[in-house]
Amino acid sequence: MTNQPLPTAPLARYLLHLADDQLVMGHRNSEWTGLGPILEEDIAFSSIAQDQVGHALAFYEYLNQECGLADPDQTAFNRPESLMVSSWLVEQPIGDYAFSLVRHWCYDQAVYLRYESLSQIQDPALQALATKLRGEVKYHTFHANTWMKSLLQGSEESRLRMLTALKEVWPMALGLFESWSGEKALMEQVGHAGQPWYPGERHLQQHWQAGTLESLVLWSVDVEALGLHKVEPVLGGRQGYHSEHLASMLEEMTAVFRLDPQAEW
Amino acid sequence: MVNQAETAGIRAEGLKGNIPDGLTLELRRYWEVLDGVPDPEIPVISVVDLGIVTRLTVAEDGAVRVILTPTFAGCPALRWMEKTVQEALLEAGASVVEVQTTFENPWTSERISEAGREKIRNFGLAPPPRRRPGCSGPDLDALARAACPRCGSENTSMKSPFGPTLCRSLHYCFDCLEAFEQFKPL
Repeated sequence: MTNQPLPTAPLARYLLHLADDQLVMGHRNSEWTGLGPILEEDIAFSSIAQDQVGHALAFYEYLNQECGLADPDQTAFNRPESLMVSSWLVEQPIGDYAFSLVRHWCYDQAVYLRYESLSQIQDPALQALATKLRGEVKYHTFHANTWMKSLLQGSEESRLRMLTALKEVWPMALGLFESWSGEKALMEQVGHAGQPWYPGERHLQQHWQAGTLESLVLWSVDVEALGLHKVEPVLGGRQGYHSEHLASMLEEMTAVFRLDPQAEW
Repeated sequence: MVNQAETAGIRAEGLKGNIPDGLTLELRRYWEVLDGVPDPEIPVISVVDLGIVTRLTVAEDGAVRVILTPTFAGCPALRWMEKTVQEALLEAGASVVEVQTTFENPWTSERISEAGREKIRNFGLAPPPRRRPGCSGPDLDALARAACPRCGSENTSMKSPFGPTLCRSLHYCFDCLEAFEQFKPL
Protein backbone atom coordinates (compact mmCIF):
# COMPACT_ATOMS: atom_id res chain seq x y z
CA MET A 1 0.00 0.00 0.00
CA THR A 2 1.17 3.47 -0.70
CA ASN A 3 1.18 5.63 2.36
CA GLN A 4 1.23 8.80 0.38
CA PRO A 5 -0.81 11.29 2.43
CA LEU A 6 -3.88 12.95 0.95
CA PRO A 7 -3.01 16.07 -1.05
CA THR A 8 -3.39 19.28 0.93
CA ALA A 9 -3.61 21.68 -2.02
CA PRO A 10 -7.33 22.46 -2.35
CA LEU A 11 -7.54 21.87 -6.10
CA ALA A 12 -5.73 18.53 -5.91
CA ARG A 13 -7.96 17.43 -3.05
CA TYR A 14 -11.10 18.43 -4.93
CA LEU A 15 -10.02 16.59 -8.08
CA LEU A 16 -9.30 13.54 -5.97
CA HIS A 17 -12.91 13.63 -4.66
CA LEU A 18 -14.09 13.67 -8.26
CA ALA A 19 -11.72 10.94 -9.41
CA ASP A 20 -12.42 8.59 -6.49
CA ASP A 21 -16.17 9.00 -6.92
CA GLN A 22 -15.88 8.17 -10.61
CA LEU A 23 -13.64 5.16 -10.03
CA VAL A 24 -15.83 3.62 -7.34
CA MET A 25 -19.06 4.44 -9.19
CA GLY A 26 -17.61 3.03 -12.39
CA HIS A 27 -16.61 -0.17 -10.64
CA ARG A 28 -20.05 -0.59 -9.11
CA ASN A 29 -21.83 0.12 -12.40
CA SER A 30 -19.63 -2.43 -14.14
CA GLU A 31 -21.15 -5.07 -11.86
CA TRP A 32 -24.26 -4.86 -14.07
CA THR A 33 -22.34 -6.30 -17.00
CA GLY A 34 -24.07 -9.55 -17.82
CA LEU A 35 -26.87 -8.94 -15.31
CA GLY A 36 -28.85 -6.05 -16.80
CA PRO A 37 -32.64 -6.49 -16.80
CA ILE A 38 -32.64 -6.13 -20.61
CA LEU A 39 -29.75 -6.22 -23.06
CA GLU A 40 -29.83 -2.46 -23.75
CA GLU A 41 -29.55 -1.70 -20.03
CA ASP A 42 -26.74 -4.18 -19.59
CA ILE A 43 -24.91 -2.30 -22.35
CA ALA A 44 -25.86 1.12 -20.96
CA PHE A 45 -24.54 0.46 -17.45
CA SER A 46 -21.41 -1.15 -18.86
CA SER A 47 -20.80 1.86 -21.13
CA ILE A 48 -21.40 4.33 -18.33
CA ALA A 49 -18.99 2.36 -16.15
CA GLN A 50 -16.40 2.51 -18.92
CA ASP A 51 -16.83 6.28 -19.20
CA GLN A 52 -16.52 6.73 -15.46
CA VAL A 53 -13.33 4.74 -15.13
CA GLY A 54 -11.99 6.74 -18.10
CA HIS A 55 -12.86 10.00 -16.36
CA ALA A 56 -11.20 8.83 -13.15
CA LEU A 57 -8.08 7.98 -15.14
CA ALA A 58 -7.99 11.42 -16.78
CA PHE A 59 -8.07 13.09 -13.34
CA TYR A 60 -5.54 10.69 -11.80
CA GLU A 61 -3.24 11.48 -14.73
CA TYR A 62 -3.61 15.18 -14.12
CA LEU A 63 -2.99 14.67 -10.39
CA ASN A 64 0.12 12.67 -11.22
CA GLN A 65 1.55 15.13 -13.74
CA GLU A 66 0.56 18.44 -12.17
CA CYS A 67 0.11 17.79 -8.46
CA GLY A 68 2.79 15.23 -7.66
CA LEU A 69 0.56 12.27 -6.79
CA ALA A 70 1.70 8.72 -7.52
CA ASP A 71 1.04 7.29 -10.98
CA PRO A 72 -2.61 6.57 -11.80
CA ASP A 73 -2.47 2.81 -11.20
CA GLN A 74 -0.87 3.23 -7.78
CA THR A 75 -3.30 5.97 -6.82
CA ALA A 76 -6.32 4.01 -7.97
CA PHE A 77 -5.45 0.52 -6.79
CA ASN A 78 -2.99 0.85 -3.98
CA ARG A 79 -4.59 3.05 -1.32
CA PRO A 80 -6.10 1.93 1.97
CA GLU A 81 -9.78 2.63 2.51
CA SER A 82 -9.01 5.49 4.90
CA LEU A 83 -7.24 7.40 2.11
CA MET A 84 -10.13 7.02 -0.34
CA VAL A 85 -12.23 10.19 -0.45
CA SER A 86 -15.21 8.87 -2.41
CA SER A 87 -18.72 9.37 -1.06
CA TRP A 88 -20.91 6.74 0.59
CA LEU A 89 -23.37 6.86 -2.29
CA VAL A 90 -21.00 5.38 -4.85
CA GLU A 91 -19.64 2.55 -2.71
CA GLN A 92 -23.01 0.95 -1.95
CA PRO A 93 -23.66 -2.42 -3.63
CA ILE A 94 -25.76 -2.27 -6.80
CA GLY A 95 -28.93 -3.42 -5.04
CA ASP A 96 -31.86 -3.90 -7.39
CA TYR A 97 -32.16 -2.15 -10.72
CA ALA A 98 -34.34 0.61 -9.22
CA PHE A 99 -31.63 1.43 -6.67
CA SER A 100 -28.87 1.53 -9.27
CA LEU A 101 -30.97 3.64 -11.60
CA VAL A 102 -31.97 6.22 -8.99
CA ARG A 103 -28.37 6.40 -7.78
CA HIS A 104 -27.17 6.86 -11.38
CA TRP A 105 -29.71 9.65 -11.87
CA CYS A 106 -28.77 11.48 -8.65
CA TYR A 107 -25.07 10.97 -9.14
CA ASP A 108 -24.71 11.99 -12.78
CA GLN A 109 -26.75 15.19 -12.30
CA ALA A 110 -24.24 16.14 -9.60
CA VAL A 111 -21.26 15.24 -11.79
CA TYR A 112 -22.70 17.35 -14.58
CA LEU A 113 -22.86 20.39 -12.30
CA ARG A 114 -19.30 19.82 -11.10
CA TYR A 115 -17.97 19.58 -14.66
CA GLU A 116 -19.89 22.66 -15.63
CA SER A 117 -18.22 24.59 -12.86
CA LEU A 118 -14.79 23.05 -13.49
CA SER A 119 -15.00 24.12 -17.13
CA GLN A 120 -14.78 27.73 -15.86
CA ILE A 121 -11.37 27.17 -14.22
CA GLN A 122 -8.31 29.13 -15.35
CA ASP A 123 -6.07 26.16 -16.16
CA PRO A 124 -6.65 25.53 -19.89
CA ALA A 125 -5.95 21.80 -19.63
CA LEU A 126 -8.58 21.26 -16.94
CA GLN A 127 -10.94 23.61 -18.70
CA ALA A 128 -10.73 21.57 -21.91
CA LEU A 129 -10.99 18.29 -20.02
CA ALA A 130 -14.07 19.33 -18.05
CA THR A 131 -15.83 20.62 -21.16
CA LYS A 132 -15.11 17.38 -22.96
CA LEU A 133 -16.21 15.14 -20.07
CA ARG A 134 -19.36 17.17 -19.54
CA GLY A 135 -20.42 16.28 -23.08
CA GLU A 136 -20.05 12.59 -22.24
CA VAL A 137 -22.05 12.94 -19.01
CA LYS A 138 -24.90 14.45 -21.01
CA TYR A 139 -25.52 10.94 -22.30
CA HIS A 140 -25.62 9.62 -18.76
CA THR A 141 -28.20 12.13 -17.55
CA PHE A 142 -30.20 11.65 -20.75
CA HIS A 143 -30.26 7.91 -20.14
CA ALA A 144 -31.15 8.28 -16.46
CA ASN A 145 -33.91 10.80 -17.16
CA THR A 146 -35.53 8.57 -19.77
CA TRP A 147 -35.77 5.63 -17.38
CA MET A 148 -36.69 7.64 -14.29
CA LYS A 149 -39.57 9.16 -16.19
CA SER A 150 -40.89 5.97 -17.70
CA LEU A 151 -40.59 3.87 -14.54
CA LEU A 152 -42.06 6.55 -12.27
CA GLN A 153 -44.94 6.86 -14.68
CA GLY A 154 -45.13 3.16 -15.51
CA SER A 155 -46.98 0.46 -13.59
CA GLU A 156 -47.88 0.62 -9.93
CA GLU A 157 -45.06 -1.75 -9.14
CA SER A 158 -42.40 0.16 -11.08
CA ARG A 159 -43.46 3.39 -9.39
CA LEU A 160 -43.39 1.86 -5.94
CA ARG A 161 -39.94 0.41 -6.50
CA MET A 162 -38.61 3.75 -7.73
CA LEU A 163 -40.07 5.60 -4.75
CA THR A 164 -38.54 3.10 -2.36
CA ALA A 165 -35.18 3.54 -4.06
CA LEU A 166 -35.49 7.33 -3.92
CA LYS A 167 -35.98 7.20 -0.15
CA GLU A 168 -33.00 4.93 0.22
CA VAL A 169 -30.67 6.90 -2.08
CA TRP A 170 -31.53 10.46 -1.05
CA PRO A 171 -29.54 10.78 2.23
CA MET A 172 -26.43 9.43 0.55
CA ALA A 173 -26.97 11.62 -2.53
CA LEU A 174 -26.97 14.65 -0.22
CA GLY A 175 -23.69 13.32 1.18
CA LEU A 176 -22.08 13.96 -2.21
CA PHE A 177 -21.98 17.59 -1.14
CA GLU A 178 -20.12 17.09 2.13
CA SER A 179 -18.14 20.19 3.07
CA TRP A 180 -14.38 19.76 3.26
CA SER A 181 -11.37 21.59 4.62
CA GLY A 182 -10.03 23.27 1.47
CA GLU A 183 -13.43 24.40 0.30
CA LYS A 184 -13.15 28.08 1.27
CA ALA A 185 -9.75 28.48 -0.35
CA LEU A 186 -10.93 26.90 -3.58
CA MET A 187 -14.01 29.13 -3.63
CA GLU A 188 -11.69 32.13 -3.77
CA GLN A 189 -9.83 30.88 -6.82
CA VAL A 190 -10.54 32.99 -9.86
CA GLY A 191 -11.63 31.27 -13.05
CA HIS A 192 -10.95 32.17 -16.68
CA ALA A 193 -13.73 34.74 -16.83
CA GLY A 194 -12.35 36.59 -13.79
CA GLN A 195 -15.04 35.12 -11.52
CA PRO A 196 -14.66 32.31 -8.96
CA TRP A 197 -15.27 29.01 -10.73
CA TYR A 198 -16.10 26.82 -7.72
CA PRO A 199 -19.26 27.84 -5.88
CA GLY A 200 -18.75 25.51 -2.88
CA GLU A 201 -20.64 22.41 -1.83
CA ARG A 202 -23.63 24.17 -0.30
CA HIS A 203 -24.32 26.04 -3.49
CA LEU A 204 -23.78 22.96 -5.64
CA GLN A 205 -26.20 21.03 -3.46
CA GLN A 206 -28.87 23.74 -3.72
CA HIS A 207 -28.46 23.81 -7.47
CA TRP A 208 -28.63 20.02 -7.66
CA GLN A 209 -31.64 19.82 -5.38
CA ALA A 210 -33.56 22.44 -7.33
CA GLY A 211 -33.06 20.48 -10.54
CA THR A 212 -33.77 17.00 -9.22
CA LEU A 213 -36.82 18.02 -7.16
CA GLU A 214 -38.26 19.88 -10.13
CA SER A 215 -38.03 16.75 -12.26
CA LEU A 216 -39.56 14.60 -9.53
CA VAL A 217 -42.50 16.96 -9.18
CA LEU A 218 -42.90 16.87 -12.95
CA TRP A 219 -43.10 13.07 -12.72
CA SER A 220 -45.83 13.39 -10.08
CA VAL A 221 -43.71 12.45 -7.08
CA ASP A 222 -44.98 13.97 -3.85
CA VAL A 223 -41.56 14.80 -2.46
CA GLU A 224 -42.95 15.99 0.87
CA ALA A 225 -44.97 12.84 1.44
CA LEU A 226 -41.84 10.90 0.61
CA GLY A 227 -40.02 12.94 3.26
CA LEU A 228 -37.17 14.00 0.96
CA HIS A 229 -37.22 17.56 2.28
CA LYS A 230 -36.28 16.56 5.84
CA VAL A 231 -33.57 14.02 5.17
CA GLU A 232 -30.18 14.26 6.90
CA PRO A 233 -27.15 13.71 4.64
CA VAL A 234 -24.84 10.73 5.15
CA LEU A 235 -21.34 12.18 5.57
CA GLY A 236 -17.79 11.00 6.14
CA GLY A 237 -16.58 9.86 2.72
CA ARG A 238 -14.56 12.98 1.93
CA GLN A 239 -12.62 12.43 5.18
CA GLY A 240 -11.94 8.77 4.54
CA TYR A 241 -14.73 7.36 6.74
CA HIS A 242 -16.71 4.75 4.86
CA SER A 243 -19.49 2.21 5.16
CA GLU A 244 -18.60 -1.47 5.45
CA HIS A 245 -19.05 -1.86 1.70
CA LEU A 246 -15.98 -0.02 0.46
CA ALA A 247 -13.40 -2.35 1.99
CA SER A 248 -14.87 -5.44 0.36
CA MET A 249 -15.25 -3.65 -2.94
CA LEU A 250 -11.60 -2.50 -2.88
CA GLU A 251 -10.54 -6.02 -1.99
CA GLU A 252 -12.18 -7.31 -5.14
CA MET A 253 -11.27 -4.37 -7.37
CA THR A 254 -7.57 -4.54 -6.54
CA ALA A 255 -7.18 -8.34 -6.43
CA VAL A 256 -5.42 -8.61 -9.79
CA PHE A 257 -3.35 -5.50 -9.22
CA ARG A 258 -2.06 -6.83 -5.90
CA LEU A 259 -0.73 -10.00 -7.54
CA ASP A 260 2.09 -7.86 -8.90
CA PRO A 261 1.83 -4.16 -8.02
CA GLN A 262 4.78 -3.21 -10.23
CA ALA A 263 3.58 -5.04 -13.35
CA GLU A 264 3.55 -3.16 -16.66
CA TRP A 265 0.12 -3.44 -18.30
CA MET B 1 -17.08 -8.84 -54.74
CA VAL B 2 -15.40 -5.85 -53.15
CA ASN B 3 -15.27 -5.75 -49.39
CA GLN B 4 -17.06 -3.22 -47.24
CA ALA B 5 -13.96 -1.16 -46.57
CA GLU B 6 -13.21 -0.79 -50.29
CA THR B 7 -16.79 0.18 -51.15
CA ALA B 8 -16.77 2.79 -48.42
CA GLY B 9 -13.50 4.20 -49.75
CA ILE B 10 -14.68 4.34 -53.36
CA ARG B 11 -17.87 6.21 -52.53
CA ALA B 12 -16.05 8.70 -50.33
CA GLU B 13 -13.54 9.53 -53.08
CA GLY B 14 -13.29 13.21 -53.87
CA LEU B 15 -14.66 14.27 -50.48
CA LYS B 16 -12.49 16.33 -48.20
CA GLY B 17 -10.30 14.43 -45.74
CA ASN B 18 -8.55 15.73 -42.65
CA ILE B 19 -4.99 16.10 -43.96
CA PRO B 20 -4.10 19.79 -43.54
CA ASP B 21 -3.25 21.88 -46.60
CA GLY B 22 0.09 23.51 -47.28
CA LEU B 23 2.32 20.87 -45.71
CA THR B 24 5.93 20.15 -46.56
CA LEU B 25 6.40 16.95 -48.58
CA GLU B 26 7.80 15.15 -45.56
CA LEU B 27 4.92 16.09 -43.26
CA ARG B 28 2.37 15.26 -45.95
CA ARG B 29 3.89 11.83 -46.35
CA TYR B 30 3.58 11.14 -42.61
CA TRP B 31 -0.01 12.38 -42.55
CA GLU B 32 -0.76 10.05 -45.48
CA VAL B 33 0.77 7.15 -43.57
CA LEU B 34 -1.54 7.87 -40.63
CA ASP B 35 -4.46 8.19 -43.05
CA GLY B 36 -3.84 4.51 -43.70
CA VAL B 37 -4.16 3.55 -40.01
CA PRO B 38 -7.71 2.28 -39.44
CA ASP B 39 -9.86 2.97 -36.42
CA PRO B 40 -10.05 -0.41 -34.69
CA GLU B 41 -13.79 -0.20 -34.06
CA ILE B 42 -14.89 1.19 -37.44
CA PRO B 43 -12.07 -0.03 -39.69
CA VAL B 44 -13.30 1.75 -42.84
CA ILE B 45 -12.28 5.09 -41.39
CA SER B 46 -8.72 6.15 -40.60
CA VAL B 47 -7.53 7.76 -37.39
CA VAL B 48 -7.00 10.92 -39.47
CA ASP B 49 -10.55 10.97 -40.88
CA LEU B 50 -11.86 10.34 -37.39
CA GLY B 51 -10.08 13.51 -36.26
CA ILE B 52 -8.13 12.09 -33.35
CA VAL B 53 -4.73 13.15 -34.73
CA THR B 54 -4.49 16.71 -33.49
CA ARG B 55 -0.83 17.45 -34.19
CA LEU B 56 2.08 16.01 -36.15
CA THR B 57 5.51 17.61 -36.08
CA VAL B 58 8.98 16.61 -37.23
CA ALA B 59 11.97 17.88 -35.26
CA GLU B 60 15.27 18.86 -36.87
CA ASP B 61 16.79 15.51 -35.97
CA GLY B 62 13.93 13.74 -37.76
CA ALA B 63 12.01 12.69 -34.64
CA VAL B 64 8.28 12.57 -35.31
CA ARG B 65 5.89 13.67 -32.59
CA VAL B 66 2.19 12.90 -32.79
CA ILE B 67 -0.56 14.11 -30.48
CA LEU B 68 -3.73 12.03 -30.33
CA THR B 69 -6.91 12.83 -28.47
CA PRO B 70 -9.49 10.21 -27.49
CA THR B 71 -13.03 10.24 -28.88
CA PHE B 72 -14.40 9.24 -25.46
CA ALA B 73 -12.18 9.43 -22.37
CA GLY B 74 -12.85 5.77 -21.56
CA CYS B 75 -12.08 4.52 -25.07
CA PRO B 76 -10.41 1.14 -24.59
CA ALA B 77 -8.83 1.24 -28.06
CA LEU B 78 -6.62 4.19 -27.23
CA ARG B 79 -3.43 2.35 -26.24
CA TRP B 80 -3.83 0.13 -29.28
CA MET B 81 -4.12 3.18 -31.53
CA GLU B 82 -1.04 4.79 -29.99
CA LYS B 83 0.88 1.64 -30.73
CA THR B 84 -0.39 1.27 -34.31
CA VAL B 85 0.35 4.91 -35.09
CA GLN B 86 3.87 4.52 -33.78
CA GLU B 87 4.49 1.32 -35.73
CA ALA B 88 3.14 2.79 -38.97
CA LEU B 89 5.45 5.81 -38.73
CA LEU B 90 8.50 3.70 -37.86
CA GLU B 91 7.76 1.47 -40.81
CA ALA B 92 7.50 4.56 -43.03
CA GLY B 93 11.09 5.40 -42.13
CA ALA B 94 10.85 7.71 -39.14
CA SER B 95 13.83 7.14 -36.87
CA VAL B 96 12.19 8.17 -33.61
CA VAL B 97 8.45 8.40 -32.99
CA GLU B 98 6.79 9.80 -29.92
CA VAL B 99 3.02 9.41 -29.57
CA GLN B 100 1.21 11.22 -26.81
CA THR B 101 -2.46 11.42 -25.88
CA THR B 102 -3.80 14.67 -24.48
CA PHE B 103 -7.09 16.52 -24.12
CA GLU B 104 -5.63 19.87 -25.17
CA ASN B 105 -7.64 19.89 -28.40
CA PRO B 106 -10.55 17.78 -27.20
CA TRP B 107 -12.32 15.61 -29.72
CA THR B 108 -15.82 16.42 -30.85
CA SER B 109 -17.75 14.68 -33.61
CA GLU B 110 -17.30 17.85 -35.68
CA ARG B 111 -13.68 16.74 -36.16
CA ILE B 112 -14.70 13.85 -38.44
CA SER B 113 -13.92 14.77 -42.06
CA GLU B 114 -16.50 14.84 -44.87
CA ALA B 115 -14.84 11.78 -46.36
CA GLY B 116 -14.97 10.11 -42.95
CA ARG B 117 -18.68 10.83 -42.58
CA GLU B 118 -19.38 9.25 -45.94
CA LYS B 119 -17.31 6.19 -45.06
CA ILE B 120 -19.20 5.84 -41.79
CA ARG B 121 -22.50 6.01 -43.67
CA ASN B 122 -21.38 3.41 -46.20
CA PHE B 123 -20.30 1.18 -43.35
CA GLY B 124 -23.94 1.12 -42.27
CA LEU B 125 -23.73 3.62 -39.41
CA ALA B 126 -25.50 6.96 -39.35
CA PRO B 127 -22.84 9.71 -39.14
CA PRO B 128 -23.23 12.09 -36.18
CA PRO B 129 -25.61 14.98 -36.86
CA ARG B 130 -23.89 18.28 -37.50
CA ARG B 131 -23.92 20.74 -34.62
CA ARG B 132 -26.36 23.55 -35.00
CA PRO B 133 -24.75 27.00 -35.00
CA GLY B 134 -24.37 28.38 -31.49
CA CYS B 135 -24.61 24.95 -29.87
CA SER B 136 -21.55 24.37 -27.69
CA GLY B 137 -22.02 20.72 -26.71
CA PRO B 138 -23.66 17.62 -28.11
CA ASP B 139 -27.21 18.29 -29.19
CA LEU B 140 -29.08 15.34 -27.78
CA ASP B 141 -32.37 16.34 -29.39
CA ALA B 142 -30.67 15.45 -32.64
CA LEU B 143 -30.35 11.85 -31.42
CA ALA B 144 -34.07 11.38 -31.79
CA ARG B 145 -34.04 12.28 -35.49
CA ALA B 146 -31.11 10.25 -36.73
CA ALA B 147 -31.35 9.62 -40.47
CA CYS B 148 -31.43 5.91 -41.31
CA PRO B 149 -28.17 5.03 -43.12
CA ARG B 150 -30.08 2.56 -45.36
CA CYS B 151 -33.05 4.57 -46.62
CA GLY B 152 -32.33 8.09 -45.39
CA SER B 153 -35.65 8.30 -43.53
CA GLU B 154 -35.82 10.45 -40.40
CA ASN B 155 -38.88 8.53 -39.26
CA THR B 156 -36.74 6.81 -36.66
CA SER B 157 -36.53 6.47 -32.91
CA MET B 158 -33.62 6.06 -30.53
CA LYS B 159 -33.67 2.82 -28.56
CA SER B 160 -30.69 3.55 -26.36
CA PRO B 161 -27.98 6.20 -26.14
CA PHE B 162 -25.48 3.39 -25.52
CA GLY B 163 -24.45 0.87 -28.16
CA PRO B 164 -21.82 -1.78 -28.81
CA THR B 165 -19.01 0.77 -28.44
CA LEU B 166 -18.89 4.02 -26.45
CA CYS B 167 -19.26 6.07 -29.62
CA ARG B 168 -22.47 4.46 -30.93
CA SER B 169 -26.17 4.71 -30.05
CA LEU B 170 -28.99 2.29 -31.03
CA HIS B 171 -31.88 3.33 -33.30
CA TYR B 172 -34.83 1.88 -35.17
CA CYS B 173 -36.16 2.93 -38.58
CA PHE B 174 -39.96 2.83 -38.97
CA ASP B 175 -39.69 2.88 -42.76
CA CYS B 176 -37.32 0.01 -43.39
CA LEU B 177 -38.26 -1.67 -40.10
CA GLU B 178 -34.64 -2.31 -39.25
CA ALA B 179 -32.43 -1.41 -36.33
CA PHE B 180 -29.36 0.73 -37.03
CA GLU B 181 -26.59 2.45 -35.11
CA GLN B 182 -25.46 6.04 -35.10
CA PHE B 183 -22.02 7.47 -34.42
CA LYS B 184 -22.90 9.67 -31.44
CA PRO B 185 -22.56 13.43 -31.63
CA LEU B 186 -20.19 14.81 -29.00
